[in-house]
Amino acid sequence: MGMTISQKILAHHAGREHVEAGELLNCKVDVILGNDVTAPAAIAECNRLGREHGYARDSIVLVPDHFTPNKDIKSAEQAKILRDFARQQGIQNYFEIGQMGIEHCLLPEQGLVAPGDLIIGADSHTCTYGALGAFATGVGSTDMAAAMATGEAWFKVPESIKFIYYGQAPRWVGGKDFILHAIGDIGVDGARYMSMEFTGEAIRSLSMDNRFSMANMAIEAGGKNGIIAADDITLAYIEDRVKRPYHIYQSDDDAVYARTIEYDVSKLEPVVAFPHLPENTRPVSQVGEVWLDQVVIGSCTNGRIEDLQAAAEILKGQRVYSGLRLIILPGTQTIYLEALRRGYMETFIEAGAAVSTPTCGPCLGGHMGILAKGEKALATTNRNFVGRMGHPESEVYLSNPAVAAASAIKGRITPPWEVL
Amino acid sequence: MKFTGHVYKFGSNIDTDAIIPARYLNTFDPAELARHCMEDANPDFPSKVKAGDIIVADKNFGCGSSREHAPIAIKGAGVACVVADSFARIFYRNAINIGLPILESPEAATAIQEGDEIEVDLETGQIKNLRSGEVYQATPFPEFMQRIIARGGLIDYVKGSE
Repeated sequence: MGMTISQKILAHHAGREHVEAGELLNCKVDVILGNDVTAPAAIAECNRLGREHGYARDSIVLVPDHFTPNKDIKSAEQAKILRDFARQQGIQNYFEIGQMGIEHCLLPEQGLVAPGDLIIGADSHTCTYGALGAFATGVGSTDMAAAMATGEAWFKVPESIKFIYYGQAPRWVGGKDFILHAIGDIGVDGARYMSMEFTGEAIRSLSMDNRFSMANMAIEAGGKNGIIAADDITLAYIEDRVKRPYHIYQSDDDAVYARTIEYDVSKLEPVVAFPHLPENTRPVSQVGEVWLDQVVIGSCTNGRIEDLQAAAEILKGQRVYSGLRLIILPGTQTIYLEALRRGYMETFIEAGAAVSTPTCGPCLGGHMGILAKGEKALATTNRNFVGRMGHPESEVYLSNPAVAAASAIKGRITPPWEVL
Repeated sequence: MKFTGHVYKFGSNIDTDAIIPARYLNTFDPAELARHCMEDANPDFPSKVKAGDIIVADKNFGCGSSREHAPIAIKGAGVACVVADSFARIFYRNAINIGLPILESPEAATAIQEGDEIEVDLETGQIKNLRSGEVYQATPFPEFMQRIIARGGLIDYVKGSE
């Protein structure tokens, strides 16, 4: 019986020829990621274990991105725990503000994650790296601590759902819409404990930035990981970035899937997810009249250069709707600089947007754009749970960057074709 | 391990933002997190919950963020055990790792109501509703996982076996 790409990566890292869904494996991991919310607890757990040295330090990546630049004293203390630990242990891959980015934009950009890798991160959107053909999944702080101390973690081999996207996507429809459509179809627990494998002609022609947006939201369907087999587009992306050996895996033709689901993307429109779950999706033309107080463009889902490009194309020569706040957060310093060179920053600021240094900030209701009671926001982020961006009686809608930019101009949720 | 407690009932897809909102994640102190546990889902919960109470919820409890602060907040609030129709994957792992007892039982999640008294036996997986007398059977954890929970979490378990 054949194996899926996810099973092959897990098997390889457990030193096994063959594994089947449901098996429990102890695996060597290539990358262990933590941030300023999750790593302090992991470091405290490591200290309780009494490990002064002997960490898998070459695999550890620490990125203070959630409440940074620090919003208050407590969060400054948390970030300091990472900084001190990185210094004491000689961890090379610690990224200070000013040279950093939102972790899931930063790690691929820096070439720290590669096809065939087994990656765990104490952040649920660690699944983003599946876009490179890696097996990447979120864990908690204790699992991170155990992996930091041993370089290993245990995994249950997941079953897989195969998503086949075919046809040619209309203009303004991309990876964010592909994944929101799937979540709307199968629900927020539709892939619980499972691997989501994205295939088909519409995926093969999709850019890396769009693929990252898709894999990023696998967790929003309950998925353990999202994965796209590496191809020429992947290789072109990693060419100047990844400086170490990597493996490219393909699923076998006779691999077993729990389900296979097909979508004709030529029939899709940009998708909007209504409060308070990412599964509450509607095509943008069926949204009705939803007036907005704030629009956020950025995050680990849509903070990459193509996302900013889409927003800039729409905002060029336009003004943000009177009374609406538009907040734009480039995913990394490199993306920020590139957007600056391309003139997007001028476009954004002339339109009346606030632009910030990279941070997770408002996405999780941390800082840099918190909503008041009763306010509504449209965001290119990944979650619209109750209270996610601020007051428990505020509302978050999710969309792609083009819809978000068009909506910032009109003041209400608006399809891109209405403003161009 | 056996618990008898008063039930707080929650619906489906209780996410980790509802369990502990991100605005409180600038600490991982259990007592401080407990003061805001479940407050966006039930504002009265943090002030009313008592040591030994039990949370019963529907599908996909703990979905969303990987924050271990979520099970830590629940345990910190004194909740003895969480029974749900199903748990989201990362929460499930985190709960065991920090020693919060959890059990999956769709029947129990459907039948048990807010305010019921229930008895949970982790060893056998039996959940008894003391109001109705009904008994629901969950699959108990294997022995080593029960030991992790009994020890108070993975780190203490590892320390104890070294």
